[in-house]
Amino acid sequence: MTFRTILMAGTALCAGSALSAADLEVTHWWTSGGEAAAVQQFATEFEGQTEHKWIDGAIAGGGGTARPVMVSRIIGGDPMGAFQFNHGRQAEELIEAGLLRDMTHVAEAEGWTDIVNPPSLLEACTVDGKIYCAPVNIHSWQWLWLSNGAFEKAGLEVPANWDEFVAAAPALKEAGIQPMALGGQPWQSSGAFNVLMATLAGPDVLQQVYGDGDAEMAAGEELGRVFQAAADMREMVQGSNVQDWNQATNLVITDAAGGQIMGDWAQGEFAVAGEVAGEDYTCLPGLGVIEVLSTGGDAFYFPETGDAEIEAAQDALAATLLKPETQVAFNLKKGSLPIRGDVDLASANDCMKKGLQLLADGKTMPDVNMLNTEDTNNQLNDLFVQFFQDPSISAEDAQARFVDIVANKD
Amino acid sequence: MAAARPMRLFRNINAKIAAIPMVLTALVVFTGGTIWTVVYSFTNSKLLPREKWVGLQQYERLWGTERWNVAIENLLIYGACMVVFSLVIGFVLAALLDQKIRFENTFRTILLYPFALSFIVTGLVWQWLLNPDFGIQSVIQAMGWESFDFDPLYNADIVIYGVLIAGLWQGTGLVMCLMLAGLRGIDQEIWKAARVDGIPMWKTYIFIVIPMMRPVFITTLVIIASGIVRLYDLIVAQTGGGPGIASDVPAKYVYDYMFQGQNLGQGFAASTMMLLAVLVVIIPWAYLEFGGKKRV
Repeated sequence: MTFRTILMAGTALCAGSALSAADLEVTHWWTSGGEAAAVQQFATEFEGQTEHKWIDGAIAGGGGTARPVMVSRIIGGDPMGAFQFNHGRQAEELIEAGLLRDMTHVAEAEGWTDIVNPPSLLEACTVDGKIYCAPVNIHSWQWLWLSNGAFEKAGLEVPANWDEFVAAAPALKEAGIQPMALGGQPWQSSGAFNVLMATLAGPDVLQQVYGDGDAEMAAGEELGRVFQAAADMREMVQGSNVQDWNQATNLVITDAAGGQIMGDWAQGEFAVAGEVAGEDYTCLPGLGVIEVLSTGGDAFYFPETGDAEIEAAQDALAATLLKPETQVAFNLKKGSLPIRGDVDLASANDCMKKGLQLLADGKTMPDVNMLNTEDTNNQLNDLFVQFFQDPSISAEDAQARFVDIVANKD
Repeated sequence: MAAARPMRLFRNINAKIAAIPMVLTALVVFTGGTIWTVVYSFTNSKLLPREKWVGLQQYERLWGTERWNVAIENLLIYGACMVVFSLVIGFVLAALLDQKIRFENTFRTILLYPFALSFIVTGLVWQWLLNPDFGIQSVIQAMGWESFDFDPLYNADIVIYGVLIAGLWQGTGLVMCLMLAGLRGIDQEIWKAARVDGIPMWKTYIFIVIPMMRPVFITTLVIIASGIVRLYDLIVAQTGGGPGIASDVPAKYVYDYMFQGQNLGQGFAASTMMLLAVLVVIIPWAYLEFGGKKRV
């Protein structure tokens, strides 16, 4: 009897220490209004469903600023509990160097392979058959956000596709409205170009250029038309002296600009400003030309810490992130789409429903981040930020430099 | 005699022991780090360093990149203007302050004050001042001069001069102080002698005082030059390298490729080129300056 009691007490003690709560530092770059509201949902769910504590390590300044900070902490031997990256090749080398934890056991226990939709999301997390990250949302770039108020002021119909938008630009300008908003940060310029390529030339062309590094295609006529469209866009964005993407979105929200090409994260900004989809603003997936969504997004990775308590907390967080209720709460705030098809987003607005429909129809394409390394993306950023800011570069010259980058990509 | 020789090594033994940490730091951290960087610039290291040799490929790509060429051009323009203007303005201000004027302390403080601000603050202040919608342009337009047009930060052709204005505003005060110290070090007897000989003041400055201030000028030049080569934070705060890539500088290129672009090899190649550029200037100069003296 006594012996059993001692044994039981001992087991309880062991179990107790194994389950003891840990502080888990989570770093991410979600700092705009809508993003901060969304990440708060994670913290609430994590602390509500487990006994661990969420320590928020937000890094302001966007992915370009945050990624080097995170990487240097991991390489420098001071890893955080978990960190956010985009799906794809950004974490490739960290995984190869054995700095990130294999999360396959959590994935198997939770049955991720059955619930994650589209499956390409989990594939982007998988290296040599092992799963290294927990995808949390789907973000797509291919959206055109239009301000209904701005078009009303100019006495125009709200355009239904890219060509109508381009045709409406002179009238908008005459009414004293900036036709199109574009922030000065480099990634916004290359992002917008990639959207033009995917929707005007088609997702197959993008796949061939970035996926296979097909320089002939990059030099071809289809891309030539895309570069002409980019030159049109350059005229429309002349004079939007803003830097951050949310400042550019704000121009659309306040009807100071006609529209903006930006990913669905802009949705969160419209929501925070209290705008109603369909009434105050219109969203056109695929710019109203080829309706297709890229399935990039955010994922959480978990560095090796060698600390059993932290590892328990990491497992708990990974499981929590993909739970249906977490997915709904987070994605409604973030404006992104959930990574599982079996959750009910009844309260989603018009734009999100359009996105969900496209997702259900399988009209998806891989994200540029999954095809290109950061190095290639950085070169594209340099090219397009210069192209969109400097009207003296002709579309042909830009295309020639583009071909160079594609030919040398790895 | 033979016994006395090794003693030289142990002379001032305390001072030599005290200097060991610094000597090690210089050798291991500076020299070692530099050599490591140069060696790895011949690899195709991406996010993490790895020994996969690719020869001069990183350098070929570097010099074929539009952005790097823009950055080098900007650094040359900024550097040349910065050296000339900060020396001229700094010296003139110092000479004016040296005329035994009233409230010299006040003026000195006002002129040196910008130097107490970091480049980040300087950059932000001038970003706002040069913003066409809120800054100098809008103030002057509101005063009635409607056609006044001054928005260097939004014009790719002249953006580097907008940065130069901020750099000068920040750095000239220090140059002035150094020059003033140099002027104060000139013996008053020289001024008296010049006055007795009836040499005009400007001629005294140019032909007598400035040559005597050579060491001060060299110190100042080194300080200004190091500020030019490591120009980074001012650009980041004021323009972010924009519009487009028009105000990029080599240090920013290095940082962007090393960390944001996850391409260490390219960043190392660029920083090696920066080192090379510095050496090309420093070595002949140091040879003339220090090597020459010994022979005399």
